[in-house]
Amino acid sequence: MLANGRFLLGPLGVAGALLTWEVLSRADVLPSRSFPPATAVARALFEETAGAELWIALGQTLEGWALGLGLASALAVPLGILIGSSRLLYGMSKALIEFLRPIPSVALIPLAVLVYGTGLQTKLFLVTFASFWPILFQAIYGVQDVDPVAQDTARAFGFGRMQRLLRVTLPSAAPYIATGLRISSSVALVLAVTAELIVGVPGVGKVINAAQSGGAYALMYALIVVAGLLGLLLNLGFRAAERRLLRWHPSQREEAPV
Amino acid sequence: MQAVLPVAALAAWGLWSARADNFFFPPLGDILATFKETWVFSRFGSDALPSLERVAAGYGSAVLLGVGGGLLIGSSPVVRRLTDPIVEFLRAVPPPALIPFAIALLGIGGSMRVFVIATGCVWPILLNTVDGVRGLDPTLVETARVYGIRGWDRLRAVTLPAASPRIFAGLRLALSLALILMVISEMEGSTNGIGFFILQSQRSFAIPEMWSGILLLGLLGFLVNAAFVVCERRLLRWHRSAFQSVLEAPEAAPA
Repeated sequence: MLANGRFLLGPLGVAGALLTWEVLSRADVLPSRSFPPATAVARALFEETAGAELWIALGQTLEGWALGLGLASALAVPLGILIGSSRLLYGMSKALIEFLRPIPSVALIPLAVLVYGTGLQTKLFLVTFASFWPILFQAIYGVQDVDPVAQDTARAFGFGRMQRLLRVTLPSAAPYIATGLRISSSVALVLAVTAELIVGVPGVGKVINAAQSGGAYALMYALIVVAGLLGLLLNLGFRAAERRLLRWHPSQREEAPV
Repeated sequence: MQAVLPVAALAAWGLWSARADNFFFPPLGDILATFKETWVFSRFGSDALPSLERVAAGYGSAVLLGVGGGLLIGSSPVVRRLTDPIVEFLRAVPPPALIPFAIALLGIGGSMRVFVIATGCVWPILLNTVDGVRGLDPTLVETARVYGIRGWDRLRAVTLPAASPRIFAGLRLALSLALILMVISEMEGSTNGIGFFILQSQRSFAIPEMWSGILLLGLLGFLVNAAFVVCERRLLRWHRSAFQSVLEAPEAAPA
């Protein structure tokens, strides 16, 4: 294959998948009432972008995502640095964290509904709870992984506690925290959509649910595609930001998928 | 020392909830009593078992699909480039958004829930398998080629073992995801299951019952994770020393 031919493979794969979908639906292999062809979904998507409803719903989903993720990092990063830098604190909190972490965040949905109702607060609570853990873990790992020689050197040069934190610990833990943020970003989106879908908090998930119960299948698929594109954009955005901001760090030379 | 904080936290919760007189946060003693009444074992068979069966079926299919697909995609650059954009898109779709799709496809029932669990947690397994296969040590690959190890033998003796630390990292991520998706899928048009039970208890304001369900889910999450770690240690024992850095790679599981 030609050297530049391989860049065509990706689009080719997408085109192939769309074509298969179109043909299967048109030939009624998939019942076309509940599986409208790709072109019908594209049309619904196009019509929807002209109206306000989609954009408002997207804004609401993003609002819950951003606020929850922000709140989670504001809580988890300082706590993680604190726990990570003290052997005593780490030993004491390890068991508690190991027990709290695997609790499926969605188990708290009914509790959140009781306490906060069906508004933004419920979404925020769930998103914050779920995205708290990956950031906390990465922050702890990051601080514990600081090169001891660097720490000792800084100490030998008479750096104070605060300066060591700012100049040694934080920069060297930054890539770990960034990974935590990236993981949490997708977790936050999942929880935001879940709150909308199950509880009925306004946002993309609620609109998807409404389209499904109203039998507007083309619209439903269009909205699922929108949710996927949103997730994709957030992923790519995070990875690009990481690569830019942490260019100086060796971890950026190889990528691990999550 | 490790037990200090958990015990203190439990004691604080117990003391606070006994005095708080808050309708939403009943005394810890009541919750524990309800837990015993509900789950040992009167509703265990009717709600906990179906949930566990769904997780097992969904997670099992995700493992088969993810490892199989990952081996396929990982060992052929052409296939990888062909599928890359599609995989990137599909894994970015928030899994709960697929529930309406699954209902349209399979109707409301057990198979819909298994489908949601499987499609949601296949991605971490698939992507980590692809990465494990791609990251094979070139010396290993070439040695296998020189010795004429091919096909099934190569897969069994070279590719799978060498990729297994990465595959296990994916399996672990997928496991907590499977539990989450189990709960979510049971909250939509269900008649049994743990997720259904907590939602139902909340709607009928049976608050201690709701808490007992949350407690059960926490316990399940903890036990399933612990069991997984034990299996992983056992199966990858031979790998530990050589690949410590890979195993300890700080890719924590999303909750």
